[in-house]
Amino acid sequence: MKLFLILLSAMLVNNYVFVRFLGICPSLGVSKKTSTAVGMGIAVIFVLVISSALSWLLDLLLIALNLEFLRTIVFILVIATFVQFVEAFLKKTNRSLYEAMGIYLPLITTNCIILGIAILNSTAKYTFMESIFNALGAGMGFLLALIILSGIRERFELYDVPRPFQNLPIALITASILSLAFTGFQGMIK
Amino acid sequence: MASKWKELTKGIISENPTYVQVLGMCPTLATTTNAENGFGMGIAATIVLIMSNVVISAIRKTVPEKVRMPIFITVIATLVTIIDLLMHAYTYDLWKTLGLFIPLITVNCIIMGRAEAYASKNGIFDSFLDGLGMGIGFTLSLVLLGSIRELLGNGTIFGIEVWGNAFNMFVMILPPGAFLTLGLLSAFFASISIRRSDKAKKMASQQQAQKAGEQR
Repeated sequence: MKLFLILLSAMLVNNYVFVRFLGICPSLGVSKKTSTAVGMGIAVIFVLVISSALSWLLDLLLIALNLEFLRTIVFILVIATFVQFVEAFLKKTNRSLYEAMGIYLPLITTNCIILGIAILNSTAKYTFMESIFNALGAGMGFLLALIILSGIRERFELYDVPRPFQNLPIALITASILSLAFTGFQGMIK
Repeated sequence: MASKWKELTKGIISENPTYVQVLGMCPTLATTTNAENGFGMGIAATIVLIMSNVVISAIRKTVPEKVRMPIFITVIATLVTIIDLLMHAYTYDLWKTLGLFIPLITVNCIIMGRAEAYASKNGIFDSFLDGLGMGIGFTLSLVLLGSIRELLGNGTIFGIEVWGNAFNMFVMILPPGAFLTLGLLSAFFASISIRRSDKAKKMASQQQAQKAGEQR
């Protein structure tokens, strides 16, 4: 039950994009078309879950050695290495998936949601399963946010948006209204 | 000398990291609930940016092309850890409110972006100026955003009362207010640049018309 609550909380109540502001750059960057948004979202879920599992294990080691202050360096290196590894692995084994996900993978290293979740899991002292579910929920919330945002932005192509508002400003205002909707979930689960 | 001055000032207006290049959105939105937090975040990021630009520029000739990304990110993460520990020691309250976003300076696209686009190609002093300029630009944008949100949400700027509780929109301090303010501000800056380019075009076409007239 607690795992389910963590999942739901990370996905909807504290949606990482609209409420906690993690991973804004990619959500604004790749949300012009729904198909690319879905590709990015799935790549993020995958990397997020595995890298948070890895960083949970490494965190145990850091705590055992009393080296908690090295967290940021260790986590970012794990994430960067893992992303490179996934890229190389996909290239060799599954060409079509590599081509579908290829462009988004290197971008993921600098997506702050990945490092953010790894650090949050460690400061909140989640257990292994809780960390995984938190990461899964965050990834699904990210995918959800991207799909909604890109669905709306695709429609803006058809409308006559005033020139200064084209592209980014209108996307930010859309995000503002969506964020207002997500704020409505606030307080449902702590 | 003029070119050095340009290295410094380009980050503040013409290549402003927030409104023109649209980099580093996450801390921009998350930490600007009031002017003071925005300022603190801006200064922390500026220090990391200057140091990372200098270090990366100094090692740019010894780093092999293929592994430059992991090396850059290690340098940046180390500097961020130093800032994190220093802030924990000397500005504990600010460290607490900024929380997660201090370690996340590591993945702030501005820092990696400047390392990749500028510091890995230019000399140490130029990179220092570039980092300083970009940092000032980033800090000013954060302070502007934070002041507007604090003023509309709480009636104060930097904690100094302007109109007190007379006219408060609490939503400006919540996440939606961040998106809305940033959206309107970037529309404002876009409209200025559109007007400028229109004017330049008009001038150019007028000049052409004049020339054509003279020739006749």
